[in-house]
Amino acid sequence: MIWLVYLLVSVGIAFQALGVLALYRFPDVYTRLHGTTMCTTFGSMFVYAGIMLYGAMAMLSGSPEYIALLVRAFMVMALVAATNSVGSHAIARAAHRSGVVPAKAVVDMLRDRR
Amino acid sequence: MIPMEGLMVAVAALSALAVSCLGRMARGPTVPDRVVALDAMGTVAVAALVVLGAAFGETIYVDVAVIYAILSFVSTLYVARYLEGER
Repeated sequence: MIWLVYLLVSVGIAFQALGVLALYRFPDVYTRLHGTTMCTTFGSMFVYAGIMLYGAMAMLSGSPEYIALLVRAFMVMALVAATNSVGSHAIARAAHRSGVVPAKAVVDMLRDRR
Repeated sequence: MIPMEGLMVAVAALSALAVSCLGRMARGPTVPDRVVALDAMGTVAVAALVVLGAAFGETIYVDVAVIYAILSFVSTLYVARYLEGER
């Protein structure tokens, strides 16, 4: 069963590596924001799922203090899922308001409408 | 308890990913690029702290991760707010 922990953590790290790659390969701030935030958030949720599984396994196999690890990993997962989406939205809004345009933009209807 | 040396490899990989965000932070042409890199670095570092807490069996590292996630979120919002008002 321990291989499942390693599998979940490895999948999470692979997703996060793709997110960091997106930070380097995309042309402007909006595409970078899209690739990086989604991949790192989803990948870290995989990592937390692996750690929660590890805590549950350790708890069931005779060390009940590991319930703290399980509960806190779940807490971090909920916190990261809630805050990263709000934070990325705030960055995108601030980038548009401070005058950064996408790399191949032809028309900016959001600015025209404001 | 189950031995968890393999998780230290995961911690090393996550730390390397967090450090490699610094390149975009140094090179990013605009300020929002740097903020995106900082945000990604914070997310990856929180994951690294949680895995480190599991590898050492110390829940205090996970507490540090919770606080770091909150502070990273607040700093992102603050910088975004500053960029909006700068116009």
